[in-house]
Amino acid sequence: MKQYVLKRLLNIIPIMIVVSIIIFMFIHLIPGDPARIIAGQKATLEEIEIMREQLGLNDPYIVQYKNFMLGILTGDWGNSLKTGLPVWEVIIPRMKPTLILAIFSIVWSVIAGISIGVISAINRGKLIDYIVMVGASSGISLPLFWLGLMLMQIFSVKLGWFPTTGIDSLSSYVLPSITLGAGITAMIARYTRSSMIEILKENYIRTSRAKGLSEFIVINKHALRNSLVDVITIVGLQFGFLLAGSVLVETVFAIPGLGRLLIDSILFRDYTVVQTVLLIFTFQFIIINLIVDVLYGVANPKIRYQ
Amino acid sequence: MEEVKMQEAKYEDFKIENPMKEFARKFLKKKSAVVSLGFIFFLVILAIFQPAPYDIDETDYDNILSEPNSEHLFGTDEYGRDVLSRIITGTRLSLSVAVTAVTIGAFLGSILGIIAGYYGGLLESLIMRFCDILFSFPGLLLAIGIVAIIGPGLTNVVIAISIYGIPTFTRVIRSSTLSIKELLYIEASRSIGVSDTRLLVKHIFPGTLPALIVTYTMRMGTAIISAASLSFLGFGASPTNPDWGAMLSTGRDYIGVAPHMLLYPGLMIFFTVLAFNLLGDGLRDTLDPKLD
Repeated sequence: MKQYVLKRLLNIIPIMIVVSIIIFMFIHLIPGDPARIIAGQKATLEEIEIMREQLGLNDPYIVQYKNFMLGILTGDWGNSLKTGLPVWEVIIPRMKPTLILAIFSIVWSVIAGISIGVISAINRGKLIDYIVMVGASSGISLPLFWLGLMLMQIFSVKLGWFPTTGIDSLSSYVLPSITLGAGITAMIARYTRSSMIEILKENYIRTSRAKGLSEFIVINKHALRNSLVDVITIVGLQFGFLLAGSVLVETVFAIPGLGRLLIDSILFRDYTVVQTVLLIFTFQFIIINLIVDVLYGVANPKIRYQ
Repeated sequence: MEEVKMQEAKYEDFKIENPMKEFARKFLKKKSAVVSLGFIFFLVILAIFQPAPYDIDETDYDNILSEPNSEHLFGTDEYGRDVLSRIITGTRLSLSVAVTAVTIGAFLGSILGIIAGYYGGLLESLIMRFCDILFSFPGLLLAIGIVAIIGPGLTNVVIAISIYGIPTFTRVIRSSTLSIKELLYIEASRSIGVSDTRLLVKHIFPGTLPALIVTYTMRMGTAIISAASLSFLGFGASPTNPDWGAMLSTGRDYIGVAPHMLLYPGLMIFFTVLAFNLLGDGLRDTLDPKLD
């Protein structure tokens, strides 16, 4: 097991390094002279030169990269180009809404997705199974931001049950987290269903039924436990969807989170903030995938020895 | 005692069907896939002939934001332009963005995948690490990041979505190539001295087609949603273009007064994506049950 975790860890380190290089190169990849863009159109040549010196753009790339990564690791993320505030001061307050949104969404979609999948599997071929499958296909095909707009139209504008935008109270998170979790719920339901259907065909399920266990125990204790192994992987993979989705959902519901910050910073060409947010998103995603891999190895010993 | 009946083997049981016929027979059984294919044909016809009742830029200032009525079936927008006409005309734009982006992604991704799967070794490791790196940008964020670098606009959205699709195709085609190259007929071709290039193009590539077609169809749905999402975020089509995503972006400002501006373009995106996804499901079941 230790070896397996170690192998996985060693696997992601080069990826993290390359990803960080790409994100570091960001400021150099934008067409035009970054110092000129950052200094603004009215800047004089002198001002641009000062800006270039300040940003360390005159150093060799390797030195710049070293400084960039040292800064990231020690918490010195540079200053926002738009406001001049330290980047961490801009980013930290934005983390909480995104985190709450992500946790709400993942919790409800895991609970709903697994329950729907199980119900669908044990009623295979019946009307309820059919409805669930149609719902799941639709859930995957829905444009997330449109679902959010529709929910907002119905429940906030027409019925007035929830606030339309902002994050004044926890009830502000209800519609956004339903929106963000809908696609993931559909995915989880689909996988739980197909995995349960496979497992219910196994011999040990027949044995448990034959020895007189109640259907409830057969399903929940024997079948579901084993299908959860597959479901873990799907939940993990969906995290990527969640992060990207938060960008859209936060835009729809005007939630001041990290996703919205990313879009605003791109629009304002606030590249230091863009770099840091992208780095947070990607590293978070890589680490979550690592955790999923490890959990999968814990749950399924076969994987460990491949 | 029960009578045991021996069933006679009929000629039909051993007949090998024409693969195209077999495919058609299996495919026609998938009702949702057939309906989806019909809907996609309908969209293509809309895109080609654009049978819009009004000109998309025709403004009617007496009928601003008016609700759906007999004159304007889907209502009008903030300039009094007919929403239905803009949706119909927008079909061409939305479909061609998706087709172009997915085709470029499929082309580059397949080349990388087939090379990785066939040659193996260092080349394979390099290509697969490249995919890992692209995959470590979660979902749409890769496309957003690319647009952030090369700037907004429809062409750049196409580029971003193409790159976003590359690693998916590479992985699928690689694993397909890996299983095909072990087959006997490949060994036979190689033993009679067929060159690598010819082998790849003539013998291995056709074998990867089922996987390629299924992935292509599935990616169409993703590409349409991605393009609409980027437009919605303000990176894609400008609001003057009759793009479905851009229409939603404008419609958001009128959510309280003109919900029809949101409802219909969104439904159009939803049905289109659903059609591609269901068609992909159907094709996967008929072409290659092993694919996931």
